[in-house]
Amino acid sequence: MNMGERTRRDFPILARVVNGHPLAYLDSAASSQKPVQVIEAIQRYYETSHANVHRSIHTLGEEATEQYEAARDAVRAFIGARSREEIVFTRGTTEAINLVAQAVGRTLAPGDEIIVTEMEHHSNLIPWQMACRDHGAVLRAVPVVGEGYLDLDAYQSLLSPRTRVVAVAHVSNVLGTINPVARMAEQAHRVGAVVLVDGAQSVPHLPLDVASLGVDFFAFSGHKMLGPTGIGVLYGRREVLDRLEPAWGGGEMIKEVWIDHAQWNDLPWRFEPGTPPIAEAVGLHAAVEYLGKLGMSQVSAHEQALTAATMEALARIPGVTLYGPRNPEMKGAVVAFNVDGIHPHDGAALLDQRGIAVRAGHHCAQPLMKRLGIAGTMRASFSVHNVAEEVARLADAVARLRAEL
Amino acid sequence: MALYSNVIRDRFRRPRFHGSLERPDVAGEDVNPLCGDRVRMQARLADGRVMEARWSGDCCAISAASADVLLELMEGQPAAHARELTPASLLERLDADVRPSRMKCVALPLTVLQCALDGREVTR
Repeated sequence: MNMGERTRRDFPILARVVNGHPLAYLDSAASSQKPVQVIEAIQRYYETSHANVHRSIHTLGEEATEQYEAARDAVRAFIGARSREEIVFTRGTTEAINLVAQAVGRTLAPGDEIIVTEMEHHSNLIPWQMACRDHGAVLRAVPVVGEGYLDLDAYQSLLSPRTRVVAVAHVSNVLGTINPVARMAEQAHRVGAVVLVDGAQSVPHLPLDVASLGVDFFAFSGHKMLGPTGIGVLYGRREVLDRLEPAWGGGEMIKEVWIDHAQWNDLPWRFEPGTPPIAEAVGLHAAVEYLGKLGMSQVSAHEQALTAATMEALARIPGVTLYGPRNPEMKGAVVAFNVDGIHPHDGAALLDQRGIAVRAGHHCAQPLMKRLGIAGTMRASFSVHNVAEEVARLADAVARLRAEL
Repeated sequence: MALYSNVIRDRFRRPRFHGSLERPDVAGEDVNPLCGDRVRMQARLADGRVMEARWSGDCCAISAASADVLLELMEGQPAAHARELTPASLLERLDADVRPSRMKCVALPLTVLQCALDGREVTR
């Protein structure tokens, strides 16, 4: 039995019938479904251990704190960070990136430059636009070329002593392209810039070792990696986090407070003001354990096989255009495509009539859509529970689209 | 009721009012923030009535069909009639089971036309 067949029974939602058909959930890149292990961990926490963390001097408070901090240790090990101080819990990738954009933003001077890429999700673009607007910095973008790769020569020539930040997706949420972030970070460090990697689409699907990638910041979300919504992670290299002022103030991020000033707490709590997403951290811990047991190399191989099969099947259908690298080894578990004469929203709605859930639209990557000269695409994306039969159903339904409309 | 009714499929495949006018008296254009679709509306007026109207744009079948039945409803009518129309009246003509998430696709052509006839910029 392959991974998809083995794991399907762990996902209660996959028993659903949608529009008279068994659900084929091919939208994990937008948000993944949750295995029962994650759902039960959250329920167990609320039923037995919930209290506020860190300051409650009672049994439940201690248990909640223990579980919350245990989640941090599990995440640290999962992504290969060196120390727990480098793991900051946020509400999601978007908040993690905004945290860095605000904290690093305050150190920007007019004329400083920030480099993004044309394939960024809006969440790794807008916070940098705002930082540039607020501090007089200049935004530059690495072009996307060919089948959907970054123009690395252009990147090299954009880098200069004025470059302060490089912000880049590890895996494109549309093209699937796996960007060479280790090499890009090395080049950025040579000019003294810090590097933030948006890992929302890589952490759920690829084996990862952030320390060896050599990046300064790495942001990702719980809900795309079988965990709950409302929690994300900002990994920050300790030397870099140590130098940064907190982005936001509140309880928990301080050591001592006077009426006119305060002393900041230690890492990582300095960057976690307010009551954190505790139950969500417990759920994320369960998700990380689930993925860890499957093994990320096996997860990656399983999803790559589905991605390859999908590209092959869709490419055979007349009128279908595929976007992104055609070599499945160069991409994550997403396949973006269009059918001639079919608007992606109409296509997705018709697929939904057959119980097949895909994403359609601009995927929060409008600059990339403009670069590709299209309004949007349909996108199938995969997780551990997907099976070859679902790929066949997708291809069959896509082949019928033009006749149906 | 089907999501893509016969009316929608027919109007999508063979729209009656698709195109553009050489010298429109009023014109308007807006974008659907859900999907980035763009719909343009043009009309020629005489004595306050819509004599001729055309729509164009890069849009989904629902927006296309909605625009097409809207202009059919407006042809020969006083411009003020556009204000009496609602997305619900278009939906009735479309004979379709459109979900709330796609109602913007039905409403967009109407909003664009109403604003064009009022001589206003589209306000989102």
